[in-house]
Amino acid sequence: MKTGVQGGTAALSAKQIRRACRRRDLRRCWQLYLMILPAITTVFIFHYIPIYGVQIAFKDFRTSLGIWGSEWVGLKHFKRFLQYPDFWRIFWNTLRISLYGFATFPCSLIFALLLNELDNQKFKKTVQMITYAPHFISTVVVCSMLMLFFDRSNGIVNNVIAALGGERYSFLTDPKCFDHLYTWSGVWQGLGWGTIIYLAALSSISPELIEAARIDGATRFKIVWHINIPSILPTVITLLILRVGSLVGVGFEKIFLLQNDLNMNVSRVISTYTYEIGLKGGQFSYSSAIGLFNNIINIVLILIVNKISKVVTDVALW
Amino acid sequence: MASHKAGNLIKKTKADQVFDVFNILICSLIMLIMVYPLYFTVIVSLSSPEAVASGSVYLWPKGFTLEAYQNVFRNNEIWVGYRNTILYTVANTLYCLGLTIPAAYVLTKKYLPFRGAISWYFFITMYFGGGLIPSYILNKALHLVNTPWIMIVGVGVSCYNLIVTRTFFSSNIPDELYESAYIDGATEWQSFIKIALPLSGSILAVMALFNIVGCWNSYYTAMIYITNQDYWPLQMVLRKILILGETAALSLEEMSKDEQEWAIRQSQMVYTMKYALIFISSAPLLVIYPFVQKHFVKGVMIGSVKG
Repeated sequence: MKTGVQGGTAALSAKQIRRACRRRDLRRCWQLYLMILPAITTVFIFHYIPIYGVQIAFKDFRTSLGIWGSEWVGLKHFKRFLQYPDFWRIFWNTLRISLYGFATFPCSLIFALLLNELDNQKFKKTVQMITYAPHFISTVVVCSMLMLFFDRSNGIVNNVIAALGGERYSFLTDPKCFDHLYTWSGVWQGLGWGTIIYLAALSSISPELIEAARIDGATRFKIVWHINIPSILPTVITLLILRVGSLVGVGFEKIFLLQNDLNMNVSRVISTYTYEIGLKGGQFSYSSAIGLFNNIINIVLILIVNKISKVVTDVALW
Repeated sequence: MASHKAGNLIKKTKADQVFDVFNILICSLIMLIMVYPLYFTVIVSLSSPEAVASGSVYLWPKGFTLEAYQNVFRNNEIWVGYRNTILYTVANTLYCLGLTIPAAYVLTKKYLPFRGAISWYFFITMYFGGGLIPSYILNKALHLVNTPWIMIVGVGVSCYNLIVTRTFFSSNIPDELYESAYIDGATEWQSFIKIALPLSGSILAVMALFNIVGCWNSYYTAMIYITNQDYWPLQMVLRKILILGETAALSLEEMSKDEQEWAIRQSQMVYTMKYALIFISSAPLLVIYPFVQKHFVKGVMIGSVKG
């Protein structure tokens, strides 16, 4: 009753304030607008002006004519990309590498479930702290470590192989190894960090529920399967949707660093191609068209998955 | 709580105990996999170049020496990179916080006209952007290319951080608090400075930390926009030396009489120095994060609440 009354007064005063705003008593609101203005302005400059600039994907951009003055050419650059002999290879590389990463999605989930079953809190904290560490290492350093460790002549991996009587192997230049190196180093970096969200969700399960299940004779595995997993499912699905949204947009930074002449066939993806063609090759319009093409696919994908998820599981981003 | 735990222990079946043992083993193994590459980097950097070259360093440093570090620190490029990274990180973090925190505060005001539209204005940037080339054309027109400014003002408001901060404000500071201030005649500006900011220490820490880690570790912006090596952040220097293998800058010792011997010694030294360089560049964050870990965890958790 008491809270009800309080809520009532709060709503009333909020309403009063809103009415005050509507009455053009903008004393309150102009201050708010002033506070948010810097953010709006910088976002406008650094996000929306480039979005305006995307039109060069449909033009033949020339610096002398500017974005607006350049000549419209319709879908010329998109057609050119689709007819480019290497198009399918680049597209497939992009998709393959991100699907592989996608397939390692359950790693963090399983690790979180294991961590959650640890009784010794001190041990659990130690494991968490240590497994978070790789998250704080830069991409450049991770790639350097890969190159140093897997080096053919003096990397530790090959040293061990040689010491065990095996043949030294050039992992770094073999195209077959690229996906594995890329993906599993990503797992190494993200495994511990990825558990944070799941552990937070797991800690919100009421202990009574688990206690009750135990009294009813549920085994540990059954508790995990029937209580733990269902209760963190919404979190899992939300993260999955977000992952799908970037399926055709594998990150530039790491791939670019791991590329070399020998693995280019499997490592050239849309984002690195955009960079090569655009900044290095100076073909601004063509490069923008590829970037836009990629962005649209990602948006469509995330919309589709979000819709499906809404219908099937009632979990959605918006 | 204690008795609850004890009750659990008594009820443990044989299968449970076996599972516990396996679980501890698996977690220990994972921990080992995580920590060994880092540990290995450190022990190599502390070993003598000859021992490293013979491939016998696995578990502890051999022929302990700090030579690699001494040589790395003698290199001017690395100092310049370090200084630039620190400057960019501090300036960019202040800039981002200055933009994001007030904006997030404003977006919690339900009575603000056009609040929904403004939220969407930021939200769209999460999924749609101009891409590399249009951004490049813009920054070129603004004369930001090849200046340190691009590293500071280049991005600014991250929509994700904005949402996290907004969620923090709206879930941690009750509306009643503001309303009593408004009734006492406080302006919006005063309520932001006197009410919201003092209560948002932890979110400020979270945002600052996210930003610091991001800045410290990124090389992308610098690679695209900065060709002048005097402005390079540390990660670009690392990329040049470690990834592109341009180690000329690391050759420091005087050429000795026996040219061949010198070359071997030189290449061994450079190899060890790479490990030292990795350690030097990663150490600040690795040393700091255990102390501020709870803030990071909090940030991820606020971010996971749908806002």
